[in-house]
Amino acid sequence: MNISPDGESHSTISKPKEDASQTTECSQPKTMCQKIWENHVVHAPEGEQTLLYIDLHLIHEVTSPQAFEGLRLAGRTVRRPDKTIATPDHNVPTTDRSLPIIDQIAKQQIETLRQNCKEFGVRIFDLDDIRQGIVHIIGPELGLTLPGMTIVCGDSHTATHGAFGSIAFGIGTSEVEHVLATQTLPQFYPKTFELGIEGELSPGVTAKDLVLYLIGQIGTAGGTGYIFEYTGSVIRSLSMEERMTVCNMSIEAGARAGLIAPDQVTYDYIRGREFAPENFDEAVAQWKKLPTDVGATYDRSEKFFAEDIAPQITWGTNPGQVVDVNAKIPSPGDYSDEVDQKSAAQSLEYMGLSAGSSWQEVEVDRVFIGSCTNARIEDLRAAAAVVKGYKISSNVQAMVVPGSGQVKKEAEEEGLDNIFQEAGLEWREPGCSMCLAMNPDKLEAGERCASTSNRNFEGRQGRGGRTHLVSPATAAAAAISGHFVDVREWNYK
Amino acid sequence: MKPFTKMTGVVATMDRANVDTDQIIPKQFLKRIERTGFGKFLFFDWRYLDNHDLNPKFELNRPEFSGASILVTRRNFGCGSSREHAVWALTDYGFQVILAPTFADIFFNNCFNNGALPIALSEDEIETIFQKVEQNEGYQLTIDLEKQEISGDGGLSFSFEVDPFRRHCLLNGLDKISLTLEQEEKILAYEKAHDPSL
Repeated sequence: MNISPDGESHSTISKPKEDASQTTECSQPKTMCQKIWENHVVHAPEGEQTLLYIDLHLIHEVTSPQAFEGLRLAGRTVRRPDKTIATPDHNVPTTDRSLPIIDQIAKQQIETLRQNCKEFGVRIFDLDDIRQGIVHIIGPELGLTLPGMTIVCGDSHTATHGAFGSIAFGIGTSEVEHVLATQTLPQFYPKTFELGIEGELSPGVTAKDLVLYLIGQIGTAGGTGYIFEYTGSVIRSLSMEERMTVCNMSIEAGARAGLIAPDQVTYDYIRGREFAPENFDEAVAQWKKLPTDVGATYDRSEKFFAEDIAPQITWGTNPGQVVDVNAKIPSPGDYSDEVDQKSAAQSLEYMGLSAGSSWQEVEVDRVFIGSCTNARIEDLRAAAAVVKGYKISSNVQAMVVPGSGQVKKEAEEEGLDNIFQEAGLEWREPGCSMCLAMNPDKLEAGERCASTSNRNFEGRQGRGGRTHLVSPATAAAAAISGHFVDVREWNYK
Repeated sequence: MKPFTKMTGVVATMDRANVDTDQIIPKQFLKRIERTGFGKFLFFDWRYLDNHDLNPKFELNRPEFSGASILVTRRNFGCGSSREHAVWALTDYGFQVILAPTFADIFFNNCFNNGALPIALSEDEIETIFQKVEQNEGYQLTIDLEKQEISGDGGLSFSFEVDPFRRHCLLNGLDKISLTLEQEEKILAYEKAHDPSL
């Protein structure tokens, strides 16, 4: 929510009034972002950051220990433990949970989270709880994530929760400590960027392909300083899980948050979940006021067309380096900008790819289906449909890591675990796993992976590992074929 | 937090764009539960060879960059993961100032919360500094936050802008949590207005 890292002064940005009641019913039309922002202003001193109230704070084992230690040293408490939820996810093993954790440092970090939650009275969904899982998967799944909220977490993929029409963004550990101590966070009013996507996605083109395409179009830093709002007929047609996949990767285009207006799809998803509001109809009436008003303006708007979007594969070492499955792998000379040319050359070298080759020639060693981007039940169904009746290529090792205990249970009730295992894919316990490879699930140097995760940075999945970001269906098809294919031509059994 | 007013230091250059926080501090070092001691793991995968010897090809291992406290790099520095460990690693290594055309949002925020100063300059100004460093071994810059000026030998002089509130906090080494807690009445009033059960 900064607006200065790109060198622009925030003084040119219009700032909402401190007190929403000062504006009348017939006042200027507002964006959804503006409405949520105004509902959370605690204090807006002139020329300083606005103090925003935070409705939900999600924490995990990796970015919270130093924050709790800070509280302890200052003699502070957690102001609202009732608005704080913890779960271990980043470095938990995905193998048999009944066995002890071998990595002693990881074990200590998980144990530290438990102790901190106990000491400060924070609710934790621990490894023995079916509600444990990747923090961005369990928030929505439990009905904790609701429209109109402000949500933060010490994790950049907090943008996921924006799919419900909430301002949700990742923060650093100092800010985690700030929220624990005060339930507020000082923020600058962000710029807004509307990404309108019209038309209809073709069969075989998924929400993951859509968001990878958008990142490719606007670039890995194209959204810096902005909050995205995704609009248009394509977004309206997506399920909640697909919307979460789109919002999840907003940060990969540089935007800290990405929003989608709540609608009937949203309300139907939330209704009946464990922590959903008791007075549900009343809540829905409030949520219906959130969408951006007709006539409201964004700082920037771009239109995209679903017909232009094919299955996507990243070829480089940032998520903006992405092309269609039928495109050739680009060459540095395809870029006009000198910095981009150099980046492309560095990426191709690291990835061990030759410019001009086709994706069918690129063989994979590993396949990872999981992460906060693509480890919900619909993702697993899509991958299972592809592998059903097939065996994975003899050169490939593949794993499926469900996003939460509840996703795992649901998948097993549907028999997806059997479909995966019969095809030769490993079926694991929930966690972040090889998305960031903090736990033992990682690539060896030189290994090439088709991954449904969100980052293809150098070494992200293991030092020297080569990551290609794809949809669950494309990843599953690569596991069977041993190389990338156009999943639109897949022969489903 | 220690106040930041004015400093002079050796400049190290890193000619790469989109340097992400996974590179700045790889994940295997995020398991630690302290804020300190991350400097030796900074840029680990680039900085060290497989046998843990220093990689002679990596920019920061150039002998003339020894003791550098100002890092100059290309656009979108600090993208990706929100890990504040990236800033802890940079400051623990000795960097107090980072100059780049643009920064990623979360990283940019994290710097200010740790007394480090990220400064956005134009692509041309960054290029000028790259050239100065190539032409003058051990090239130093002076960063004056009070005056918002960068100066160095050979007549180099650039002005820069930092948001006034962030600048004020850095100059005075203010603790943001203490500042917010001064608004306790307003926080309480907000909570009462939004949750009548309180």
